[in-house]
Amino acid sequence: MTRTFLKAAVALACFAMPVLAQADNRLDVVAQFEIKAPEPATSGYIFTRMGVAETLVNANAAGELTPGLATSWEVSQDGLTWVFTLREGVVFHDGSAMNADAVANALEIARAKPGPLQDLPITGIAAGDGAITVTLSEPMAALPAFLAEYRSQILSPASYAADGTGVAIIGTGPYRITAMEPPLSLDATAFAEYWGNAPQIADVSYSGVSRVETRALMAESGEAEFVFGLDPASVSRLGMLDDVEVLSVAIPRTLLIKVNAGHPFLAEPDARRALSLAIDRAGIAQAVLRYPEGADQLFPPSTADWHNDALAPLAYDVEEAKRLLAGLGWEAGSDGILTRDGARFAVTLTTYPDRPELPLVATVLEQQFRTIGIDLTVNTTNSSEIPAGHNDGTLELGLIARNFSLVPDPIGTILSDYVGNGDWGAMNWQNEEFATLLRGLARGDGGNAERARASEILQSELPIIPIAWYRQTLAVSDRVTGAEIDAFERSFGLQNIRWAE
Amino acid sequence: MKLIASRLVQAVMVAILIGTATFIMMRSLPGDAAWRIAAGRYGYDNVDAAAADTVRAELGIDGPALPALLQWLSDLARFDFGNSLVSGQPVMDEIVHQLGASASLALVALLLSLVIGPPFGILAGLRPGGMLDRVLLVASTGVKAVPQFLMALVLIVLLAVHLRWLPAAGHGELRHFILPGLTLALGLAAVNARITRDAMARIADMPFWRFAQWKGLSERQTLVRHGLRNVSVPLITYLGLQFVTLVEGVIIVESIFGWPGIGHALVHAIFSRDVPMVQGTALVLGLGFVIVNSAIDLAVRRLDPRVAG
Repeated sequence: MTRTFLKAAVALACFAMPVLAQADNRLDVVAQFEIKAPEPATSGYIFTRMGVAETLVNANAAGELTPGLATSWEVSQDGLTWVFTLREGVVFHDGSAMNADAVANALEIARAKPGPLQDLPITGIAAGDGAITVTLSEPMAALPAFLAEYRSQILSPASYAADGTGVAIIGTGPYRITAMEPPLSLDATAFAEYWGNAPQIADVSYSGVSRVETRALMAESGEAEFVFGLDPASVSRLGMLDDVEVLSVAIPRTLLIKVNAGHPFLAEPDARRALSLAIDRAGIAQAVLRYPEGADQLFPPSTADWHNDALAPLAYDVEEAKRLLAGLGWEAGSDGILTRDGARFAVTLTTYPDRPELPLVATVLEQQFRTIGIDLTVNTTNSSEIPAGHNDGTLELGLIARNFSLVPDPIGTILSDYVGNGDWGAMNWQNEEFATLLRGLARGDGGNAERARASEILQSELPIIPIAWYRQTLAVSDRVTGAEIDAFERSFGLQNIRWAE
Repeated sequence: MKLIASRLVQAVMVAILIGTATFIMMRSLPGDAAWRIAAGRYGYDNVDAAAADTVRAELGIDGPALPALLQWLSDLARFDFGNSLVSGQPVMDEIVHQLGASASLALVALLLSLVIGPPFGILAGLRPGGMLDRVLLVASTGVKAVPQFLMALVLIVLLAVHLRWLPAAGHGELRHFILPGLTLALGLAAVNARITRDAMARIADMPFWRFAQWKGLSERQTLVRHGLRNVSVPLITYLGLQFVTLVEGVIIVESIFGWPGIGHALVHAIFSRDVPMVQGTALVLGLGFVIVNSAIDLAVRRLDPRVAG
């Protein structure tokens, strides 16, 4: 009896399993993002990346703006009126026409929700004849870049409920959604009436898989052809396989310490410089992130206009750090921690686990700061504690990853982070010269010289302390060709991928 | 009838207790709920004061606690779970979708475990101290000792990565059930097998068993006529307890296999302070225990006339 039973089980397993693992003709995409709802404000980046929804303006690999659903745009002499000419003959996935009324409707709804459009001095968005007109109360040269951001995606009027809440994603992109099951999956197929080049692969799917180990295993087993966002350990393992290619591209995202410059220990620029000098960036980059080098200034080379080769790079020099702190009146106490006027140099570094490398880097910083006599406590918590602590003034140090390219022109992020009360930027730090330079650049006055001076001010004042520039990683199966990483994190580029011959 | 009535009362008590307890726990967690919800909705790149203010204005979450709790309880009486604070979708819809995914996974795991565990247990119990019995003791202890996340990774590496027989993770097709189902089932089967083995050994040692064989029944006939029903009583009682293990395991296994289930939903809802979602999910799980236990009581009564009498 035992033997018959075992034989049957083994036979069943052997016959069934290879059949179950058969490859299909669908391009399977896996990434960490979860679909919260059919709502551009919360999950819009998935729909633009999957090629379902599009924006008026696009950005190329160098971050230059290119025509999207708008073929051209021009601004009036006074910089207050922008006209975006719309592409003709574009239809939404429900067959309705992408016209000026639909575009104005989508943008007005986007503007009423939290997002970058909300902060712009927009006074009105009007539908014209084959064009929309955006009027401003003060000039904003980077407006087209804001319209390239995912929350400015153009959906058909049927995509929204009466109160503006998203109910469906009816875009204009090369793929239309055939099934969507929040939070983890989405299926799409090529849209026959797409205005641009038809996609090479007709059927695509998206799966949100939050664990990076699982994503790597899906790439390794060939279950998914396009696996986005890998951890350093998986990158080295997948790199050894023949049938998976790992791509890696520098992206405009920086790992940095946000400093409360109003804190009594951190108010002097020399104290912030000492912290910066105590960080072994090369060590962190190579050991934790497995990148070739760390950041030597805030802006990564991928933000071409803002990266400044002339800056003196941020260095690692523990002795100089100790000297600077001694100059500020700090003396080593009996436990090796610095004291001044009876106060120990003890500060809390707040970070969040959404990006798995952050707590690891925080632990390394704890050790590196201890060598110069600073007692660092690491608090790993919810990401919202950083902006919340910024607003109630309780944040001391925050370890964060800041993206400068959600709007392809970094000016928007820099302006809100370092001039306004940006929740993810400088804290209790104001610099009149910097603010004037930035406001001028935002209006459209000034160029490379002004940007260079602005980055110089950040480098010497260190309202934030840069640590590393990020790289985005992607594992692609050898069954497909043509995959690329968009450094601006706007698109997966699925329409250009084809099955390998 | 009396049993069902008492179970109904129990269900109502469970609902009120769970609802109130989760409400109090969520309210007393540190941190500002509006910020946490905003982080859950918009993601860490976009959570800022404007987003938190929008959430605060939209949900009015700073109101006094007692009216909010009473409101929730009265909504519950009308079977209205409210809307998720993060996605804006009705909690009921999300729970049905996610509970469906979890329940089907749990069912597959349970069936698989019944296919794997009890047959070995019966064979071992018929020959206590035999080769199979000793091997089974070591194997089931070993399997039970392996944490589920490790079991999941071992199965993925073996069956998906090396042999390429099964998908490593995912959801939506039949083949996606096998690995997470097997991960859960092996842990359950390890205990199932022991329970069955002990019951079988005990029954095979009883006078009626020897009498059945003495009157000329073969071993197979004895087992089918006199053994299975007796063995199934402790086994089915134990299944009720295993439901707890299963819920616990489902949370870990769902996260590893990218399965859109209720464990996954509960963890995310707690992180982003999605109180209606937490209340709804905890409530459904709590009621699930009551329903499963009632079903098992009824099943045992049918199987074992001594209990029914």
